[in-house]
Amino acid sequence: MTWQIELRRVGKVFNDRPVLRGISASVCSPGAWTILGPNGSGKSTLLRIIAGLLTPTDGEVLYLRNGERLNAQQRRQAVGMVAPDIALYRPLTALENLRFLARARGMHLRDPQLLELLEQVQLRQRAHDPVATFSTGMVQRLKLLTALVHRPPVLLLDEPGSNLDEAGMEFIRLIVREQAKHGIVIVATNDTREMDYGEPLIRLGA
Amino acid sequence: MSRSSGWAREAQAVFAKDCLLELRTRVALGAVVLFAVTSVVAAGFALAPPSGVAGDVKAALLWVVIFFAAVAGLSRVFVVEEETRTADALRLAVSPVGVFVGKLAFNTVLMWVLCALTVPLYLVLLEAPVVHWGLFVVVTFLGSTALACATTAVAAIVAKASMRGALFGVLSFPVALPPLLVAIHGTKAAWMANAGWRAAIGDIHVLVGFMLVIVPASLLVFEHIWSD
Repeated sequence: MTWQIELRRVGKVFNDRPVLRGISASVCSPGAWTILGPNGSGKSTLLRIIAGLLTPTDGEVLYLRNGERLNAQQRRQAVGMVAPDIALYRPLTALENLRFLARARGMHLRDPQLLELLEQVQLRQRAHDPVATFSTGMVQRLKLLTALVHRPPVLLLDEPGSNLDEAGMEFIRLIVREQAKHGIVIVATNDTREMDYGEPLIRLGA
Repeated sequence: MSRSSGWAREAQAVFAKDCLLELRTRVALGAVVLFAVTSVVAAGFALAPPSGVAGDVKAALLWVVIFFAAVAGLSRVFVVEEETRTADALRLAVSPVGVFVGKLAFNTVLMWVLCALTVPLYLVLLEAPVVHWGLFVVVTFLGSTALACATTAVAAIVAKASMRGALFGVLSFPVALPPLLVAIHGTKAAWMANAGWRAAIGDIHVLVGFMLVIVPASLLVFEHIWSD
């Protein structure tokens, strides 16, 4: 199955201040790409537009599966996203967060299966602890797992390595490499350690 | 591993998650029960016989207590997702219809819990004279459900507004007033020997009609508000 994301002259204006202007690009599975630019250049905004969390002021973002355009519901099913401003439910445990997001996505996974998934991100031992007690690295690993639990063909990562140590960075590199074998990965970053995650797709100015 | 789709499944997941969060934090339940019990006990001591008040005042007072307790707890159901930065996780995983219906179900159950705790206490403390018990239960059930619908609708509209506290008050007034007035009238009829079902049948129709209008209308608006 071939997946394609097409950005057609995408623009975004916040309170009369243009953040993005006429962005056009196209990516096709399999592969990984990066959106580069300094802080405040609009990387996160563009990624949120691609994810469908923001509506562009101008232009449009198309999702195509084997050349056929997807509707909003199909696009939601096709996307997994990790970003610093997308939080998990801190009073709930890792298992409860994963169970909720899996069920909401229509995945009928039993607890032993969910625990197996938590094992893959080295969180099996902390499955029954509230997320509020987790370190930054543990939260990031759980976020990645919740973004991938429905096996989306499109993975969007916004500054995925922020506040992570080398082991954490290596873990993300592994995820990106695996996802890029069959789907699309788009990473928004200005961290030099993350620029080799994929081919540069868009460079935004300040 | 299997996969299913549909807003009903999504709403079920949101409802279960909200119940779990509430059991863990008790934020909404605490606010609602504290307000309701305090108000009822205060009213009970002030207005109980022999100083008692007329039945229509008691009916109005009961619904005022229920309404303000509901506003204290139910209004935060969407705001809390924005404040804890979990709203985007919800937007990515759940359709707007699934979110709204799940939140509505949660608020409705919270409202029923509130009524189950408050109304018996109110009847005992104020020695409220229920004559038509069947009618009283139906009006309380429909009135509380209609108020839950109204509060959820307004909460959804103001969730992303900056002045949401003030906006909630302004918008709640026209939306919640019709079911509130009708519920008061219906409750009064249940407390009067010469009234009963015949006097309240119109109220029941209005409450059901209100819900049939407010829920679809809210869904239409919510899809646009929630998405951006």
